[in-house]
Amino acid sequence: MNQPKGAALVEVLARHRDTLLTDWMNQHLSIALRRGLTTEAEMADQFRSFLNVFVDTLTRADTLDGNRPEWEPVRAYLAEISTHRARQGFTPAETATFVFSLKQPLYARLREAFGNQPAELADTSWSVNMLLDALGIYTTEVFQRSREAIILRQQEELLELSTPVVQLWEGILALPLIGTLDSARTQVVMESLLQKIVETGAAIAIIDITGVPTVDTLVAQHLLKTVAAARLMGADCIISGIRPQIAQTIVHLGVDLTNVTTKSTLADAFIIALQRSGSSIDNVTRLQN
Amino acid sequence: MDRIPILRLGDCLIVAIQVDMHDRLALALQDDLTARIVKDSAKGVLIDISSLDIVDSFIGRMISNTAAMATVLDAQTVVVGMQPSVAITLVELGLTLDGVRTALNVERGMALLKQRRR
Repeated sequence: MNQPKGAALVEVLARHRDTLLTDWMNQHLSIALRRGLTTEAEMADQFRSFLNVFVDTLTRADTLDGNRPEWEPVRAYLAEISTHRARQGFTPAETATFVFSLKQPLYARLREAFGNQPAELADTSWSVNMLLDALGIYTTEVFQRSREAIILRQQEELLELSTPVVQLWEGILALPLIGTLDSARTQVVMESLLQKIVETGAAIAIIDITGVPTVDTLVAQHLLKTVAAARLMGADCIISGIRPQIAQTIVHLGVDLTNVTTKSTLADAFIIALQRSGSSIDNVTRLQN
Repeated sequence: MDRIPILRLGDCLIVAIQVDMHDRLALALQDDLTARIVKDSAKGVLIDISSLDIVDSFIGRMISNTAAMATVLDAQTVVVGMQPSVAITLVELGLTLDGVRTALNVERGMALLKQRRR
């Protein structure tokens, strides 16, 4: 199975390139076009380029082992297609079919060419089978990797989006936390809060946890860390938005929040912050006019 | 050997740490500062660490200890101008400097010292 069947294969491919392409297209198009993710022209383009690279490499390489370095150009092109498809929203199966659907048309041609030499036909079929399998698996692997890269990037973007620090008043910052606090997020929250304290010279920061679904010991520890870091920068922290259930949980868990001012709503926290900074709002309607 | 200068302003002492602290320098500062508090009978100490980019656990503890010593000698201590990265490092090291007052900058620190002594 390791003996090179390249030459015969190249000949078959070169002779039937156009019909092969049409057959392959028909085989694969029904799957790919069904969900309207791509156009026929784009697909035809991809098939043609792939076949070119494939035949090119086959002519030059003296091995049919798809994992060998000689096949790098084909793998590179497949990686490109696979990454592209991952972004377009294809499923892994649909992406792998890109390679696998070449099998049937190719076997049909091979049968025509080696029809009267069963041994040759079997050998070549086996080599081609191995080669296309290797390439197909590689496609799926790349697909998986690019999907993971996309997920990772989205996670990072989410992290950036989910931690805004807003200035409520001169010297008063608010940090509305939404979603679960893990270590990575705490780090981002802490950094952006401390940076904002430096920028605005704020003396009071209100951490609002209305949007934090559950508070366990870990989340509480993260909160206390943030409070401690802000205190080191010379800013006092008030924790607000503590729901009744969360108050119960905190006490049951034995989390010590006695060193931190806590309020049930952001409004209460804001009033305390105003008092501490020596500001007050006399008449709201007058301010509005 | 280098020494960190200690400035006197009224009955307050001001220490601005502007070089990277190594351990011997830190210990020398502790000696100098306690001596000066006694000599000038200072009522307040302000330590500015705004130009410190790196603080390890030793320096963190030294700041905490210095504050405790000053308190024993009846002087309030304020640490001012800590960089965000330093604050995060200290918290991660578990050194929250509980006995030390902090302020964002020298101006706020002085205001805090004045207010405490009234």
